[in-house]
Amino acid sequence: MKKKHSLTLSQKRTVNGYLFILPWLVGFAAFYIRSLFMTIQFSLSDLTVGVSGYSLSWVGLKNYLYAFTAHGSFKQILTSSVINMVVDVPLIIFFSLFMALMLNRKFRGRTLVRAIFFLPVILNAEAIVDAIETAAMMVATGVSSSSQEMAQSASGGIGIGYYIDLFGNLMISRDMLEYIVGAVNRITSIVSASGVQIVIFIAALQSIPSSMYEVAKIEGATGYETFWKVTFPMVMPHIITNIVYTVVDSFISSDVVTLAYNTAFSEFNYGLSSVFSLVSTVVTCAILVLVCGFISKKTFYYN
Amino acid sequence: MFQSVKQFVSKHFSALNDETTALNERQAIANGLKGFLMGLFRFVIILGVCYVIMGPVLGIIANSFFSNKDAYNPMVYLIPQNPTLERYQMAIKIMDYVPTMLKSLLYSFSLMLMQILTCSMVGYGFARFKFPLKSLLFGCVVVMIVIPTHTIMLPLYMTFRNFDPLGIVSAITGAPINLMGTPFPMILMTILGCGLRSGLYIYIFNQFFRGLPKEIEEAALVDGAGTWYTYFFIMLRNAMPSVITVAVFSLVWQYNDTFYAKLFHLPQSQSIGTRISSLVANIANQYQIMDKTIQTLYLDAGIVLMMIPVVLIYVILQKQFIEGVERSGIVG
Repeated sequence: MKKKHSLTLSQKRTVNGYLFILPWLVGFAAFYIRSLFMTIQFSLSDLTVGVSGYSLSWVGLKNYLYAFTAHGSFKQILTSSVINMVVDVPLIIFFSLFMALMLNRKFRGRTLVRAIFFLPVILNAEAIVDAIETAAMMVATGVSSSSQEMAQSASGGIGIGYYIDLFGNLMISRDMLEYIVGAVNRITSIVSASGVQIVIFIAALQSIPSSMYEVAKIEGATGYETFWKVTFPMVMPHIITNIVYTVVDSFISSDVVTLAYNTAFSEFNYGLSSVFSLVSTVVTCAILVLVCGFISKKTFYYN
Repeated sequence: MFQSVKQFVSKHFSALNDETTALNERQAIANGLKGFLMGLFRFVIILGVCYVIMGPVLGIIANSFFSNKDAYNPMVYLIPQNPTLERYQMAIKIMDYVPTMLKSLLYSFSLMLMQILTCSMVGYGFARFKFPLKSLLFGCVVVMIVIPTHTIMLPLYMTFRNFDPLGIVSAITGAPINLMGTPFPMILMTILGCGLRSGLYIYIFNQFFRGLPKEIEEAALVDGAGTWYTYFFIMLRNAMPSVITVAVFSLVWQYNDTFYAKLFHLPQSQSIGTRISSLVANIANQYQIMDKTIQTLYLDAGIVLMMIPVVLIYVILQKQFIEGVERSGIVG
């Protein structure tokens, strides 16, 4: 009998593994890797669209120079997007951790409350988000009136300005106060940006073994100590997941993306648009790497 | 002597006992009060945040019933005095609501099926098989989540505008074809696992499959089931929580998506999101309604119409969905 060349079980499984991921592998190579190279290529050239296809002419770093030295608004928009992100991310993380702690207890109507908290994730269409922001202004004037308005209404006598000054006298710095007031002003956008994060934190809280809490209780730890010594270290790894999610999510909806889109499809300046996309992506990734590197050093990994 | 000691002890102990009971009672009252205050605190905060979320939504719904008079009457708040359905009639007419919504849902639904199929396959592949370069390739999945789509939007646009994979198309028809304005770019990308947020779905499936016990597959192997049979008829059925999670996410996000719809020039009759974006302009042009406040009322009606199917799906699948998200863990 002729010996048939056959694969061992582990070889078969290797082949099957590749077969399972094959569709994604093809797509990733065709759409992501190729596109990234093309974006870099576009950013270094002048692109003209013809009847069949497009033609490139090499211009070197001209587009980059233009974006950083001559373009009217790119630098401002990029900076403000980055600042918005840096300001919002810690707020969203702390808020969602806080809410997850609240929602993790058992109480009546918990399912309903969770459903409501997840609603913004479901209603994330561009048009709906815009309309909700406008409506938030109109319906909840008390909540979302700007700090300017509050200052104006407080111009006579005792008002919010007076209290802010009061806190200012209590050794809390003015910047910190502005930050908190600003956070309260943007409560709608913060709440609606933290749906997924809350769910991630709830899942993390539920995965903490209850024996740990029992030990803490027997050793006589107070609730406060239990939080900082048990709960917080255990959810630390998920903070990184949440930061990545939040940063990417906030960048997708930032003004830089709109600028890049408009530059490409309204002004037909494809080279410049590629520069905008590339620079903003590099900035986002740099922030992510920095923050995650810093936090993962302090993170305690249970497993 | 012995008797008196016993008496003394019992007397002393009973006094001690009384003291402890009193102490316990006081502590119980203090604890009860503390618990009540904490509960009240939690209730107030949760109610407040729910209001922040629901307030604008209720506002939009209420506004969509306002008549012109109500919109300008500062005394009218949330409850319209002269409710009117005129906004809805107009919005339904201009948006061509029913056909657009059905087509939009059909489009999102078919893409959802493809997402589930491809992403669960890839997630399973990463979770259960060992092959060279696996961790590097899984790193690529994470990269896919992190890289914003707008970085690659231009090349995607160019690729599908002059669609010519490996020169096959131009060899047959003589010239590359233009796929803009058709659903094919999105279908192609979704089938190849690069659709809207596919990276996240792959990640979810991967985490879930890794959490399932290996014994299931071993039993299947012993009973003579092949790899593909095991995957389709055993593993995928066990992965129902994450299938539901991904199904709701992808259906809703696809339905809401305007980025890809605009990028690939999807016709307006297929995407309700782009219809909404042009609703105000259409009203201004066709009916000469230039008043910003009134225009907003029509927009609100349109948005309520767009939300209805999504909210219905969410309400029906809500319980399984939230449990699925928690259990199937986007978490590790």
